[in-house]
Amino acid sequence: MILDIAFIIYKLILIAIIFGISLFIAMYATLAERKIAGFMQDRHGPNRAGPFGMLQPLADGVKLFFKEEIIPGDANKKLFILGPCIAMITACMTSAVIPWGTTLEIGNKSLPLVVTDLNIGILYVFGVVSLGVYGIMFGGWASNNKFSLLGAIRASSQMISYEIAMGFAIISLLLVTGSLSLKEIVEGQANSHWNIVYQPLGFLIFIICVFAETNRTPFDLPECETELVGGYHTEYSSMKLGFYLFSEYINMFVASAVMSTLYFGGYHLPFISSLNLPHNLIAMIGVAALFIKIFLFMFFFMWVRWTIPRFRYDQLMNLGWKILIPLSILNLLITGLVILLVK
Amino acid sequence: MEPLTSRAQIIEKKKMNIWERMYLPAIVGGMAITIKHLFKKKVTVKYPEQKREFSKVWRGQHVLKRDDNGAERCTACGLCALACPAEAITMDAAERKPSEKNLYREEKYAARYEIDMLRCIFCGLCEDACPKEAIFLRDDKIVMSEFGRKPFVYGKDILVEPMDPTKRIDISARQKKTF
Repeated sequence: MILDIAFIIYKLILIAIIFGISLFIAMYATLAERKIAGFMQDRHGPNRAGPFGMLQPLADGVKLFFKEEIIPGDANKKLFILGPCIAMITACMTSAVIPWGTTLEIGNKSLPLVVTDLNIGILYVFGVVSLGVYGIMFGGWASNNKFSLLGAIRASSQMISYEIAMGFAIISLLLVTGSLSLKEIVEGQANSHWNIVYQPLGFLIFIICVFAETNRTPFDLPECETELVGGYHTEYSSMKLGFYLFSEYINMFVASAVMSTLYFGGYHLPFISSLNLPHNLIAMIGVAALFIKIFLFMFFFMWVRWTIPRFRYDQLMNLGWKILIPLSILNLLITGLVILLVK
Repeated sequence: MEPLTSRAQIIEKKKMNIWERMYLPAIVGGMAITIKHLFKKKVTVKYPEQKREFSKVWRGQHVLKRDDNGAERCTACGLCALACPAEAITMDAAERKPSEKNLYREEKYAARYEIDMLRCIFCGLCEDACPKEAIFLRDDKIVMSEFGRKPFVYGKDILVEPMDPTKRIDISARQKKTF
């Protein structure tokens, strides 16, 4: 890799664009969540702040900005401020390895639409998501508040438990695709060989674990309002709270991107290569296709949230350890067996 | 233990069958219901663009009526203030001068008549108590929100209906007898 200025500038621009897009999408995901929640409950969501409530996220941002920043007296100041920072950083870091499209050909240069194509891509995502647990734990511990601590403990144990099953699902996927790099996983799904066909059980396990990792209903015990006041973000106000809430939506966005990359073909559309279109246009259509898949997944997240009641803590742990891990090991066995028989 | 009534229902705690224990079929069924609601008609009334209908005898803001000649009917007798359960009405009486014969029906009139809308509970007892059919509750006007407490004390300038015969307020649905 040549470390010339053009390369660095291109990567910086791509990082800035991806960061901006993920923040923008997370912002409007808050509005989409409330609108979809409203429509599913036979009411309109927010529709006063602009046409169809389009300016509502802006109003929310301004409101959060103007609130008073309170740090509780006995709180651990460094950790209190560090918690939301870590949550936000790990949420944004994951988006670095996702392949957003094939390559753009400008002039005689071929520019890949991925910030960094690590050859251990999915393992990196896994590692960063594990780091994300720290954000919640710091918040819960540093608040010096029993409810926050309970919320943080529940959150961390939930996230750790479901990472194991997620890892096994990824191992089964690795058996099928032969590479950890996300770009190669997507390239292996060209021509309608989407991985969902090869790994249906793996996908089911993966999606349940992703619900648990992003703390979405039905696994949102850490932050539910009815049981723990606010959970780990009880004591937070203004921008730090904004960071926590925002990082949840960015996590949701990145998790949807990872799922559509791993199982649903990433930026490939079924019959796009049979039409003879210019290369850049195919790349753009691929990016659009990936975003449509991501939006469908985010809609699915929200759909599930407003349908299912949340799990009790012991039911949650039961599901994670006693049901999902054996199921994912079974999936691994079946995958290995089938590959052995096919070869 | 003996059931206390004959309507008692015995509830059996059945174990879940394999489909229920899997959770997924129930989840899918629930999600089908939710997605159906996404496309149904919303029940929201988009106030203030759309308003709900009030009934004909709905009790809204008060109005002090005039008679056909334009003279105020209220004689400051104080029966409405006495009847009011929230003690919202206060008034000062004054004597009518000879030059004001067309303004007030009788020799005594209310120089200051105030209703504290924050105390008022819109029960309509003042309307029932008035012997001159002077005070009524309108069915077309709500008491709007204000900043602070002072603007909520409505005086005669807000409560008395206009002199213009075309602008009189129709409360015929609430009138029980006519003079």
